[in-house]
Amino acid sequence: MAQTTALWPLIIYFAAVLVVVGVMLGLPNLLGQRSRGKATVEPFESGIVPVGDTKIRFSVQFYLIAIFFVIFDLEAVYLFAWAVAFRESGWAGFIEIVVFIFVLIAALAYLWLIGALDWRTRRQRRVESKINN
Amino acid sequence: MTVGSPLNVFGILFSVITVSALLIWVERRLIGIWQDRLGPNRLGPLGLMQVAADMIKIFFKEDWTPPFADRPVFFIAPAIIMIATLTGFVVIPFAPGIGVVDFNFGLLYFLALSSLSVYSVVLAGYVSNNKYALLGSLRAAAQTISYEVFMGLSVMGVVMLAGSFNLREIVEAQRDVWFCLPQIAGLVTFTIAAIAEMHRAPFDLPEGEQELVAGFHMEYSGMKFGMFFVGEYLSVTLNAAMMVTLFFGGWLGPAFLPPLLWFMLKTSLVIIFFILVRSALPRPRYDQLMSFGWKVMLPVTLLNLLVTGAAVLSTQH
Repeated sequence: MAQTTALWPLIIYFAAVLVVVGVMLGLPNLLGQRSRGKATVEPFESGIVPVGDTKIRFSVQFYLIAIFFVIFDLEAVYLFAWAVAFRESGWAGFIEIVVFIFVLIAALAYLWLIGALDWRTRRQRRVESKINN
Repeated sequence: MTVGSPLNVFGILFSVITVSALLIWVERRLIGIWQDRLGPNRLGPLGLMQVAADMIKIFFKEDWTPPFADRPVFFIAPAIIMIATLTGFVVIPFAPGIGVVDFNFGLLYFLALSSLSVYSVVLAGYVSNNKYALLGSLRAAAQTISYEVFMGLSVMGVVMLAGSFNLREIVEAQRDVWFCLPQIAGLVTFTIAAIAEMHRAPFDLPEGEQELVAGFHMEYSGMKFGMFFVGEYLSVTLNAAMMVTLFFGGWLGPAFLPPLLWFMLKTSLVIIFFILVRSALPRPRYDQLMSFGWKVMLPVTLLNLLVTGAAVLSTQH
């Protein structure tokens, strides 16, 4: 399939967007007032004096989710390719994609079973199992 | 009128910005009505001039860059969300002959740009050097990429029925029946994914006021805060327009109204639905949000693909 329209409207549109964003970022610099108070240079943390900066270590759960995203999104791309061509590939392609999707679901079930998708803290898990039993 | 004429290019840019700015008033007014109060009603007829007043005010606010933040990235972060959502509109088929470009991969372009806007949130929270902002941006990153996975998959049912990624062909394929009927599972999952991608209530945990004060845009003020704000309404408009294109027949409708008016009418209804969801539903807990995405929505979208494939293939032969 060939490109159906020319690209130049997109380029003009993008340039116009850049101008709009540039004005929005630049204009208040000229118009706005300036003020400096005692605590202006402190990060606002609900009135508590900040301790340390934010270059800290955070929960490994966030990294796990990023890895899952890469894996599952990559497999989703294969499904995108199948979705446009599935009429041509017919039942043979369908059976192959069934196998593929079931491998995906099996991987998801495995992640579920080892508890990688469980975001509750240990304490929340204990409390909830007490409520359920 | 042809797609991509100068009138189209500037007209679309102007109207989407106007609509998104107006949505600030629409949302406050509607939530006011649903909560048994009036909402902003002082300035102009029905309070409509509130938008203009807010804009003048926000332009004259101090342009404050905190000395503890990373200056260049602090500037770029709000620009990213504006650029990503505004350029998302180029592929929307507003009506025959109205649109900026006509891509064969229109849907993929939309998905790519909607995932690009997560950078804005992550960078804003990370460079602000503020613990609440950092927590908000981490939450936003994990939430967005989790819901991203099945957002793409949820619209693949539509692609299978239409046989194309081209949004104009998808609209044309809905002449007989709108895809919201055969793809009801796709519609539900896409709606939920869209709300999560926009970080709107009930999935607004990255900026949950009770826990994180303002979340990722904590240190932002003045117009840079306004850009996050308008960016949110821009993505509401974009996602509503996309839902109309994919599931509600785009510009198609009985002939007593012109196609463009049908498109605008349907998009407004979807936007009002998003606002109603915000005012009606409570916010879930963070672990519930994550496990809902991975354990419920992802299997549902995968099964939806299989069912759609089997149904189409068995009617074809």
